Amino acid sequence: MRKLRAWLLRFWGLSTRNSHDKEFAEEVETHLHMQIEDNLRSGLDPAQARREALLKSGGMEITMQTYRDHTTLPFFETLYQDLRYTLRQLRKNPGFAMTAILVLSLGIGATVAIFSFADAALVKPLPYRQPSRLVVIFGATPLGQRFHLSFPDYYDFKELNQVFTSFDVYDPNGFMLDTPEGAQLAPGARVSAGFFRTLGVTPVFGRDFSPDEDTSSAPRTVMLSYAAWQNRYGLRPDILGQTVTLDGHPNTIIGVLPRDFHFAPAAPADFWTAEHDQSDCRGCHWLFGIARLKDGVSIDTAWANIAAIARQLEQQYPDSNRGQSEAVIALPDVIVGDIRPILLLLLGGAALLLLIACVNVSSLLLVRTQSRKREIAVRGALGATRKRLLRQFVTESFVLSASAAVLGLVLADGAMHLLTSLIPADTLAGMPYLQGLGLNSHVLLFTLAVSLLSALIFSLTPIFSMSREEMRSGLSEGSRGSSSVVWRRLGANLVVIELATAVVLLVGAGLLGKSFYRLLQVDPGLQPSNLATLPLSAPHASYSKDPQIIALQRQILDRISALPGVSSDALTNKLPVGDGDFTTSFVITGQPKPAQPNEVAYRIVSTDYFKTLQSRLQAGRYFTASDDSTHPHVALINHALASHYFSSLHPVGMTINYDGAPADSAMQVVGVIDDIREGPLDTDARAAFYVPFEQHPLPFFSLVARTSVDPQSLLPVLSSAVRQIDPGIAAFGAATMEQRIHDSPPAYLHRASAWLVGSFAALALLLSVVGLYGVIAYSVSQRTREIGVRMALGAQRGTVYQLIMKQAAWLITVGILAGLAGSIATASLLRTLLFATQSWDAFTLATVSLVLGTSALAASYLPARRAASVNPLDALRAE
Amino acid sequence: MGENDVWQGTLALMVMKTLESMGTLHGYGIARRIEQISGDRLIVQYGTLYAALLRLQQEGYITSEWGVSDNNRRARFYKLTRAGRKQVEKESQRWENAAAILARFVSPSGETI
Repeated sequence: MRKLRAWLLRFWGLSTRNSHDKEFAEEVETHLHMQIEDNLRSGLDPAQARREALLKSGGMEITMQTYRDHTTLPFFETLYQDLRYTLRQLRKNPGFAMTAILVLSLGIGATVAIFSFADAALVKPLPYRQPSRLVVIFGATPLGQRFHLSFPDYYDFKELNQVFTSFDVYDPNGFMLDTPEGAQLAPGARVSAGFFRTLGVTPVFGRDFSPDEDTSSAPRTVMLSYAAWQNRYGLRPDILGQTVTLDGHPNTIIGVLPRDFHFAPAAPADFWTAEHDQSDCRGCHWLFGIARLKDGVSIDTAWANIAAIARQLEQQYPDSNRGQSEAVIALPDVIVGDIRPILLLLLGGAALLLLIACVNVSSLLLVRTQSRKREIAVRGALGATRKRLLRQFVTESFVLSASAAVLGLVLADGAMHLLTSLIPADTLAGMPYLQGLGLNSHVLLFTLAVSLLSALIFSLTPIFSMSREEMRSGLSEGSRGSSSVVWRRLGANLVVIELATAVVLLVGAGLLGKSFYRLLQVDPGLQPSNLATLPLSAPHASYSKDPQIIALQRQILDRISALPGVSSDALTNKLPVGDGDFTTSFVITGQPKPAQPNEVAYRIVSTDYFKTLQSRLQAGRYFTASDDSTHPHVALINHALASHYFSSLHPVGMTINYDGAPADSAMQVVGVIDDIREGPLDTDARAAFYVPFEQHPLPFFSLVARTSVDPQSLLPVLSSAVRQIDPGIAAFGAATMEQRIHDSPPAYLHRASAWLVGSFAALALLLSVVGLYGVIAYSVSQRTREIGVRMALGAQRGTVYQLIMKQAAWLITVGILAGLAGSIATASLLRTLLFATQSWDAFTLATVSLVLGTSALAASYLPARRAASVNPLDALRAE
Repeated sequence: MGENDVWQGTLALMVMKTLESMGTLHGYGIARRIEQISGDRLIVQYGTLYAALLRLQQEGYITSEWGVSDNNRRARFYKLTRAGRKQVEKESQRWENAAAILARFVSPSGETI
């Protein structure tokens, strides 16, 4: 306690030092005079009395110093001086300070931003008990390993396995939720009763499913996610016992899951019900298994055990289980397995950038140390110890790093927002582990560690560059240690590598950007502006018969076309620019049946579909209102289908039929249209045929409406208009066609990678330019004398410029050439990501070389100008 | 350590002991008193004395205030606080113990060594 009190008083003494000093001087003065008076009294003459007294005091200056050291804390006192001195130095040279802090903060910002993603996805433990002991069991077929299990198979695995303490299943499909505003699609999942016990999750509120709550006769109950409790029920405490109608069944709310709970394979999920459908259909696969390994059992052992059971089932039920096997994969791998290598790669790249940034700032510091040699020598000559001088360097490094860390955190925060905004909302909802993303304690600690490390590197730079001798003899500016030569070579090589890296990244960004541009230039076969789309789903109970669906269709189309701002509207079973799914195989009547089925996209569209999309007719006619159930079946085919399957024939007037269907379902081809991109934009147009809605009614479809106003403003109007017809119809995922194209996976992939590589490239460009500046400036500072001599001997300023710029140009040329070679070598990595762009695109390569060359030359011009403005007299006098 | 130097730890005790017996005293008075008691075998240098006084003040064992000395000079007068009195007792006790133990080693009186 007493020690702390003393320490605090001394800390306080830092600010009140001056008044203390004055008082103490007076006190000591009194002391001395009393001594002198006593000495006089004891008979000494005045001079001697004074001398004796002074001798006895032990020296006034030392007394003052001892006292001062005890009033305050010398460590902080020095720190305060050093800080003030550092700030003065930085203010004196704002160009250096700003460049160093900016470069370093960009490096720190990039690393911290990527680290925060890696932390949220890879470091932070999943919110389950012992998550590493959890595995997911998928059905596997020769096509892949991530398919479903059937209920009877699940039941047998659960009973027969010897490797799991518990085995449960989940089915990550949402529900149709009844709300006062009509039916809505609500995200959720059905799970077996032990699911949450297997995960080791207990509800924060209410109870878990009881063990037999998933039988078909059990009363229907539901658990809410914390987010659902918050957003749908405003955290109301009286929630337990209330009823929610899901898929037409009333469910009683029994519990709420913890706030930090998430389960990415089913995310986002608001409602969790017990799986009541204990189907005995062995060929019906719709479940995923989740199990907890027994202690000491490895995943491979578990997999072998499950495979043995699968072989047994295959023999027992050859009809349904032939070729059916299973895959056992660790839950963490299922959740973050895809994103892990990308994040690690990005983290590695960011760390490299940070390292380069540190080296560049070190090189700038070195240049400055050179120009401060004289100042340092003067301080040394005035009595500063080596330790004291080094302490000054260390303080400066910490100030630089701390400022950069603060700015870096701001940048990292911005970068995190940018990166999350690059992920479409749907994809982001499937990555619930990113919820904790932000400047949390982990990230702050990481930032602290990174900035301490950089401060350490910066402190060591001047210490190593300045030997003991140099500190003393710096006044003469004659010495040039061997360390400087080493640095010049190292620095030059490093700059070449930096330039080459910048070229590779810039070329990559350029190619990806060009691909993205090309992708958006793809003709989708329709006019995407002023087009609104709205997927709908009619409840099966009220619309099970064709006439009901046809009547509904007419009602919807009439209601929508009557809305102000809508010029035409239509329905389709699947919107264009999607995944291209919904296919069928067909045969051409009168032609031999092909060996391989003709699998093509199959679209059921209402009469005005092509008029609404503004597609182009190549031959024949569009559908008309008379193509209904009372008239002969007709079909339209697209250009890809016509050219691929009717190569030598004229298709209009011929008939096609579904593969294996009776003859009365045959359709006459009445027209050929230009390809509409049914599948992704980055693949070739799919062959497709279109049939009239009224001849093939379906209860789920999407509405498209051509608008004369901004389609975005019409989206809510469309939803409410449909709901007025029947509140039981679910409307979800309303979007304009331009949004659909913009958010489609290939567009998002290209956009995200172009941004990401582009940001890295911009950083690399900046770093390499600063690095080049550092190396050239250092070399100029080392050659000042030589330049002075040359000028004294008659060299013109132009020659000096030439001397320096030639050195820079050499480095730049080597760097760019190495970079170009590197980008051609790494082009194969990019090829799969590129669209309609060659990996050796000459325009991109030339632009990058030009941009990089110009900025690098500009950076070397600054030190060259300094060299040329050397006054030969000054340079020589320094000798 | 020279013979005339005062040990850091013991100076604090000497100062406090002096203040205990003399009441209020200025720096010079304390120094004189210590020198006298030691039979002029100790010389108290300013730096050592005032550092000790400062530390005792910071630890709250003594306080000080400005006053006027006998010969009309402005001087700072020190005096023990209550905590200081307790500390003198404690430290004296400790010192006596330590001295007694050490005395047995330095001048053995018989059979123990």
